[in-house]
Amino acid sequence: MEVEQLEKVASQVRRDIVRMVHGCQSGHPGGSLGCTELLVALYFERMQLKEQDGKPVFDMNGKDEDLFFLSNGHISPVWYSTLARKGYFPVEEMATFRKLDSRLQGHPTTHEHLEGIRIASGSLGQGMSVAIGAALAKKLNNDKGHVYVLMGDGEQQEGQVWEAATFAPHHQVDNLVAFIDLNGQQIDGPTVKVMNNRDLGKKYEAFGWEVISIEEGNDMAAVLKGLYEAKSRLGHGRPIMVLLHTGMGFGVDFMMGSHKWHGVAPNDEQLAAALGQLEETMGDY
Amino acid sequence: MKKYTFTEKKDTRSGFGAGMHVLGQQNENVVALCADLVGSLKLEAFIKENPDRFIQCGISEANMIGVSAGLTIGGKIPFATTFANFATGRVYDQIRQSVAYSNKNVKICASHAGLTLGEDGATHQILEDLGMMKMLPGMTVINPCDYNQTKAATIAIADYEGPVYLRFGRPVIPVFTDADQKFEIGKAWMVNEGTDVSIFATGHMVWEAIQAGELLEAEGINAEIINIHTIKPLDEEAILKSVEKTGCVVTTEEHNRIGGLGDSVAQVLVKNKLVPQEYVAVNDSFGESGTPTQLMEKYGLTAKHIVEAAKRAIERKA
Repeated sequence: MEVEQLEKVASQVRRDIVRMVHGCQSGHPGGSLGCTELLVALYFERMQLKEQDGKPVFDMNGKDEDLFFLSNGHISPVWYSTLARKGYFPVEEMATFRKLDSRLQGHPTTHEHLEGIRIASGSLGQGMSVAIGAALAKKLNNDKGHVYVLMGDGEQQEGQVWEAATFAPHHQVDNLVAFIDLNGQQIDGPTVKVMNNRDLGKKYEAFGWEVISIEEGNDMAAVLKGLYEAKSRLGHGRPIMVLLHTGMGFGVDFMMGSHKWHGVAPNDEQLAAALGQLEETMGDY
Repeated sequence: MKKYTFTEKKDTRSGFGAGMHVLGQQNENVVALCADLVGSLKLEAFIKENPDRFIQCGISEANMIGVSAGLTIGGKIPFATTFANFATGRVYDQIRQSVAYSNKNVKICASHAGLTLGEDGATHQILEDLGMMKMLPGMTVINPCDYNQTKAATIAIADYEGPVYLRFGRPVIPVFTDADQKFEIGKAWMVNEGTDVSIFATGHMVWEAIQAGELLEAEGINAEIINIHTIKPLDEEAILKSVEKTGCVVTTEEHNRIGGLGDSVAQVLVKNKLVPQEYVAVNDSFGESGTPTQLMEKYGLTAKHIVEAAKRAIERKA
């Protein structure tokens, strides 16, 4: 897909995010909006996915295809929208987000058998370990597919992340690309104030990772270029860490750059203002 | 009383190692993971024959559980191994979210459970693991009684699809079950049929229960002894059938009396048939350093204690 088309998909995904969160008056719009370019670029362009007649086919084991894991599960809206728009499940189902009897739980889960989800996440710090396991299984199976995992920057404060960070280079998990969403915000405020992660790039380098940066994580062309570079470095004995610089709330001016929109839903007026800034390109659900 | 004899004593963790050795040869999807305790878990034979299917995780149990969950996504059957304390309490949330709630086919295999770990003391002697694991929806919890049964259980859980907690221990104890037994998950094993009291035992306490049965027989008491190797799913039918005959119960386990086998049995009794029940278990305390024998004596987990409990239970009938 061309950059322009991907940007159109991203615009619709952003509309879905704010509408989903508004619909149940809960959820996490900030980080979802910030990671929209990454998820759209992965699912609509970079990842090799199993498809039949132009439609994605979900298989839990994901043999011979690329896999994506969302470790910071609270940004489920961006993942749900991307999966639905890609064709994993009906877009109408987005209307059930966070409501009783929905497959679109507040945090992603396999429990309701939603196509595209392979592990529950939400309790932070666990996703990279799972992605590493899936990547090792691919190696054991002689499967050439790659594994992608997204974490938050606040999530880097969890100890398990550093267990996984030590493990992956030691076992040469070089079919794995990890991302940190560097939006600099977490629930209680700016990450540097709440718990300063300091130089994550240097930390991961010291742990044995190949580290690259995408400075403009909300620029589709820059994200595509970064993903291409990450992929080109796979297979050389080291896992790849991508520092993805994003703006929390990107795309909706009054949500941008503030931790206040980490986990707050817009009211009717705010929804209208947000949708006014986001072109409807694929039809609202 | 049916006679049980033994020619040798072995540790149940060696039964696990022997089971893994067999699985290494029989099932190419089985992968072993360990957090820096290969010797303690008796994994040497598996690793020697299947170096590519062994994953050393270092002292990072949380990551080991996550990596195990991920391996299942490629169709592997991971056996995540370490001491019972570090396999449960330390990683409870990882097991809860990435394994149990995600319904992943991970086998959590835990050695050195309970007091009989011995001299290392209470930091390592977990007595709460059965409770923690059985509370997780979808988790199967197994605590076999000797070397042969642990080996059979290890082999059996590879063919079962779903998360399993397999608990075993460090000390050498009599090997009294059949070497070629077939292990049926969730099916209680009748050790001795009796009429006066039902003794439901699990793990290391099964042998103590057999000895207690002999002591009781000498006093004219005919004890029914059942090995509840699967704490969850619990064989309620076997329990109820037994109490229908005997009318009173002793439960015994190397675990806190809160949350273990005893409480699972009590729940069945309260719901179906109220009969007196006595607990032979650790009385809501931590352990301490000592030899396994000294500790089992001090914390009330011997045949003698089962005999006393059986008499109390019988007295409460009527």
